[in-house]
Amino acid sequence: MPARIIQTNETPFKTVPVDTVTLDIIENALRNARIEMDATLVRTAMSPGIREQGDAFPLIADAKGKMIVGQFGSYIGPFLESFDGTLEDGDMIFLSDPYSVGGAISHSNDWLVLLPVFKDGRLVAYTSMFGHQSDIGGKVPGSMPIDATNIFQEGVRIPPVKIWKKGEYNEELVKLVLHQVRTPDWCKADLNALIASCRVAARRVIEMCERFGDDMFASATDQLLERNYRAMKQLIESSVPETPVSFQDYICDDGMGYGPYKMKCTMWREKGKVILDFDGTDPQSEASINFLLNENMMKMFFGIYMIMVFDPQILFNDGYYDLIEVRIPEGSLLKPRFPAALSGRTHALGRLFDILGGLLGQGTPEFLNAAGFSSSPHLFYAGTDRNGKYFQLFQIGFGGIPGRPLGDGPDGHSLWPGFTNVPNEFIERYFPLTIERYETVPDSGGAGLHRGGNGIDMVYRFMEPGVIAIHDDRWFVPPWGVNGGKPGARARKLLVKADGTEIILPNKCEDYKVAAGDKLHFVTWGGGGWGDPLERDPALLAKELTQGLVTAEGARRYGVVLVDGIVDTAATEALRTQMRTARGTIQTFDFGPDIETLRANCLAETGLPAPIQPQWHYAVAAE
Amino acid sequence: MVVHRGQPGSISLGDDMTYRLGVDVGGTFTDLLLFDQASGGFWRHKTPSTPHDSSVGVLNGVAAICAEAGIVPADVEFFLHGTTVATNAMLEGKGARVGLVTTDGYRQVMQIARSFVPGGLAGWIVWPKPQPLAALEDTVEIKGRMDAQGRETAPCDDADIRAALETLKSQGVEALTVALVNGYLNGKHELRVAELAAEIMPGVPVSLSHIVLPEMQEYERTLTTVANASVRPVVSKYVRNLRENLRASGMAGSLSLLRSDGGLMSSEKSEEHPVSLLMSGPAGGVTGALWVGKNAGIRNILTLDVGGTSTDVALIENLEPRRVRTTEVGHLSVRASSLDVKTVGAGGGSIAYVPELTGALRVGPQSAGAVPGPVAYGKGGELPTVTDANVVLGYLPENLLGGSFKLDREGAKKAVQTIADALGIDLMAAARGIIDIVNENMFGALRMISVQQGYDPRHFALMGFGGAGPLHVNAVARLMGSWPAISPVSPGVLCALGDATTRMRTETARSYSRRINETDEADVLAQLEDMARQTRAELTAEGIAEADITSLFELDVRYEGQAFEVPLSVDPATLRAEGLASVQARFDEEHARLFTFNMDSAHELVNLRAVALGPSLDLEAPKLQQGNGDPSAAKIRDHELWFDGAMRPAVIYDRARLLAGDVIPGPAIVVEMDSTTLIEGDCDGTIDAVGNLLINPR
Repeated sequence: MPARIIQTNETPFKTVPVDTVTLDIIENALRNARIEMDATLVRTAMSPGIREQGDAFPLIADAKGKMIVGQFGSYIGPFLESFDGTLEDGDMIFLSDPYSVGGAISHSNDWLVLLPVFKDGRLVAYTSMFGHQSDIGGKVPGSMPIDATNIFQEGVRIPPVKIWKKGEYNEELVKLVLHQVRTPDWCKADLNALIASCRVAARRVIEMCERFGDDMFASATDQLLERNYRAMKQLIESSVPETPVSFQDYICDDGMGYGPYKMKCTMWREKGKVILDFDGTDPQSEASINFLLNENMMKMFFGIYMIMVFDPQILFNDGYYDLIEVRIPEGSLLKPRFPAALSGRTHALGRLFDILGGLLGQGTPEFLNAAGFSSSPHLFYAGTDRNGKYFQLFQIGFGGIPGRPLGDGPDGHSLWPGFTNVPNEFIERYFPLTIERYETVPDSGGAGLHRGGNGIDMVYRFMEPGVIAIHDDRWFVPPWGVNGGKPGARARKLLVKADGTEIILPNKCEDYKVAAGDKLHFVTWGGGGWGDPLERDPALLAKELTQGLVTAEGARRYGVVLVDGIVDTAATEALRTQMRTARGTIQTFDFGPDIETLRANCLAETGLPAPIQPQWHYAVAAE
Repeated sequence: MVVHRGQPGSISLGDDMTYRLGVDVGGTFTDLLLFDQASGGFWRHKTPSTPHDSSVGVLNGVAAICAEAGIVPADVEFFLHGTTVATNAMLEGKGARVGLVTTDGYRQVMQIARSFVPGGLAGWIVWPKPQPLAALEDTVEIKGRMDAQGRETAPCDDADIRAALETLKSQGVEALTVALVNGYLNGKHELRVAELAAEIMPGVPVSLSHIVLPEMQEYERTLTTVANASVRPVVSKYVRNLRENLRASGMAGSLSLLRSDGGLMSSEKSEEHPVSLLMSGPAGGVTGALWVGKNAGIRNILTLDVGGTSTDVALIENLEPRRVRTTEVGHLSVRASSLDVKTVGAGGGSIAYVPELTGALRVGPQSAGAVPGPVAYGKGGELPTVTDANVVLGYLPENLLGGSFKLDREGAKKAVQTIADALGIDLMAAARGIIDIVNENMFGALRMISVQQGYDPRHFALMGFGGAGPLHVNAVARLMGSWPAISPVSPGVLCALGDATTRMRTETARSYSRRINETDEADVLAQLEDMARQTRAELTAEGIAEADITSLFELDVRYEGQAFEVPLSVDPATLRAEGLASVQARFDEEHARLFTFNMDSAHELVNLRAVALGPSLDLEAPKLQQGNGDPSAAKIRDHELWFDGAMRPAVIYDRARLLAGDVIPGPAIVVEMDSTTLIEGDCDGTIDAVGNLLINPR
């Protein structure tokens, strides 16, 4: 049963004419309100994940629940459809269970608050924000056990409930929830911060309604959606072919020794609509790498990629949703059945962007970017220090940005919007750690006319015994290059014990014990290269050699011979000619070796056994 | 350009040295304002800036304004100067080639930065990554390490440092920065590098991170120190050159520069610490607004400084401007105190356009700048700008008083018509639309510094200045609900006025990072007193009498675990009497005001800060002659302008002839040498006792 919205004033909004200027003003004002939400959040949140790294996402939607400003598209529609209850003035919804909102949030760590905004008894808008909690209980610190086999092992699950009910705060509920987590102070502060952000935005919306009139505001948001619909319709017609194109890529493993998992998407245009069909994607995993992908969110991702690749001027909202149809097979990695574990969904989420890029760019390789949206590598480190104080670190790492039509991919930067690293001096001050090295890995970016960004080698020295967990991907299937660019280097993790013993750790592991003095090299992936490396200016390689971004050996991948740091022009010409002849025609994509070859060489190349091909005892249901 | 006498000055005796001269160097004009400290009379002057060497323009201006006032440069006791020399060097990448010495393992600290990519999801596709301010090839590592408590865990090594410095020397770096991990807690290794640098590369200026910014966060501290090193040679050269030329012209008085935080520092100090000058330009406007507010009896002010390409806004509460700990320059955020000035790409030269795909009307941030400029200026501009829309609507009349150039109204119309055609609306609606959008952009910036910080703009007046501020101030005040809208005396040279009327300032900060319940006021007071001694000594060294120095103190407090602090001002007597508990209570109050909630978490005292201020200028603005309320004697001519959907009759007045108490009914336009004020149809403008124009809804 869908939610019942209780309004004391049922007068429908009148459609009134909105002049262009007012429309633009309202759009700007909404955008500013969204910026205010972010500002409020980072100023009041406490967990490093939110306050330093920015792992939180705001949204403002119209009275029908369609997103007007925000990043990941609206989940309000699916929520309203499945929420069995009322929604009235003074209510605020709190939830974290992905299955209760059709995957609009994708793991239970994301706590979401949703505020219906009422004015004069009438629902005028929604404001909402969700943010990643450092811990929500469950079997491991950080609550993202890669080896979880069901969602019950992943901590507290909050179905949609009212944290505020008709203006009354439900303190008991919050107490109950915070009782389940290892870091109640952080969670409480972060929850307060989410609520404060939604309230700030709600205040702005009401002010806008007062300034322009409720009818004008409602008509304006309709028109903003309509404006976006028109722009996207044009873009789709000019850029999406009627003939289906497919693209596939892989999640390396599931943390339990199985992999890789295939994700596949086919795209075509049919009667003015884009169809995105994930048929061919592998079935769901028994571990936690499943990604419950919400169809609306997929539409938003697609829209954003279209815009960024083809015309970055357009602002996006929910207006174009009717132009896209998303088909995801039930029981697949992207639509797992309850109660499949979901906490490790970040890898599939990241891979989705590589797939989108590959899909959209096939028809127009000049717009194509290379791959490198590995995932968002996580490190957890927890324990009790010598003074008896519990500590828990959750860090998100960064790797190489892919080579782009615009230029080289930046080294060691974030592909996720708004994310930043945590200052190492901050970490050293508040956690029992030393960061001995924080630099990018030379040659790790894929060679290209525009090279991929280098991955990062971050060296942690643990000062207290404890447990660590690592979640990373792109260690087995490399990030691909395009238009002649080569794949980027793969991720790896190396533990050096105090006595010098070196242990290669899996890129997904859980509850691994470390001793004081152990040193961890957390090495992330390099971005794929873009364009023909043999066309890159040799002088640039000489410069990057002095910068420590490439090595003399690595420069040979560009056909450049550096002798004592200086370009040997004759040798370079000779090498380039030889390489050109040997390679033949340039293919649009360079995926590196095929899966079987990767498997065969896995142990030798990575020091880790090859993942085992997963077997499923039931088939994926056809849609 | 024309020298305009604002008020009659007293007759100078020539050797009194009773004059203060404020000089603001902007992109297009150098503004000067000369104050007679005895009478309060002043003169203002505008002269073209000379970007190749700004001191030429300054000296031209000095000569002209002294001649007009009938004095010689030797009569000037204080030369007070706001400059964008440091800012421009940063923005245009014309700083020095900086060598950076970092800790082993951290060579790429500037390359990786904070890993942040601006823009939303997929923003990385279109982001051009800027080059680090210290090039990676000019960055070297040295051995040695401090831990997060400031204890040495590995020693540095002279041979290793020498080798690193030799490398930088051979590469020809022009300035040196040393920024080592955890150096903010212990500067021993940085000092050793400086000692060896003095020997190996004498003459190369050295900036040390633990001195420039003794604060946690390696990237920000390194960046700030590099920024300091980078602009140092440029600023130093400029300041020395200016000082020598002024001295040669006979000026013997003191020479000070305006800091980003609105205080003054000696020209010598500014050579060492130019990173404090990055917002020197906009800070002048804020300090000018402060002086105007003080004289007009208005204590809460939002400022709106509208230039050709951008608009700067700031908030003044109870005659105290808001300060922040960061200075934003281009894409860089440097840790140096500055007035909380937000800049938006919206000004007279902002270009209006209609993107094909969305059919929306956009204004800025692209600007026609000074060249080619708006179409109406007839200097080759072809794209419609905000100024052109103002011309079309009749807000900017053709014959500017005393101005030598004529506006090309037809050209402006033709340009704005292209927008009208693209939108399918008529000319006037398009022009008004451009103005509405640009006003909205200014409104957005003002909200960020007011509403977003928990201030209610309805408790503030809005002051518009800069060339175009008074044209927009009435409309923006309406959006904000901030009345009155103020067009101050001399709105075109308010920055120079600010330079002339502010006071010396210096400050120091220390990281404290302790829970309030784990320390006590005695320890805090002891540290504050030590910091007071240090800052006061800096001012006495500048020749300020000990008795004239005021010390102020601030504590940064947060809930333990938060990333942002709330600064609270304290005085030692109250702190001694009421203890840290009162600080805690005030923090809770402030936090609830800002963010609507409180927490029961521990309070952390993050930083201590001490400020020392020189004497304030007790100079009253001269009173204007009282009129009878009727402005008609100042009327220049009848006019027509667009208001409320139609062209309506209006009157143009000459500001110089308006008297105190005159009430001007809108719609009206008030013109003066360098600025034009628009009073909208349903508002009245009143001239206050000292000549400010206060606009209120009728």
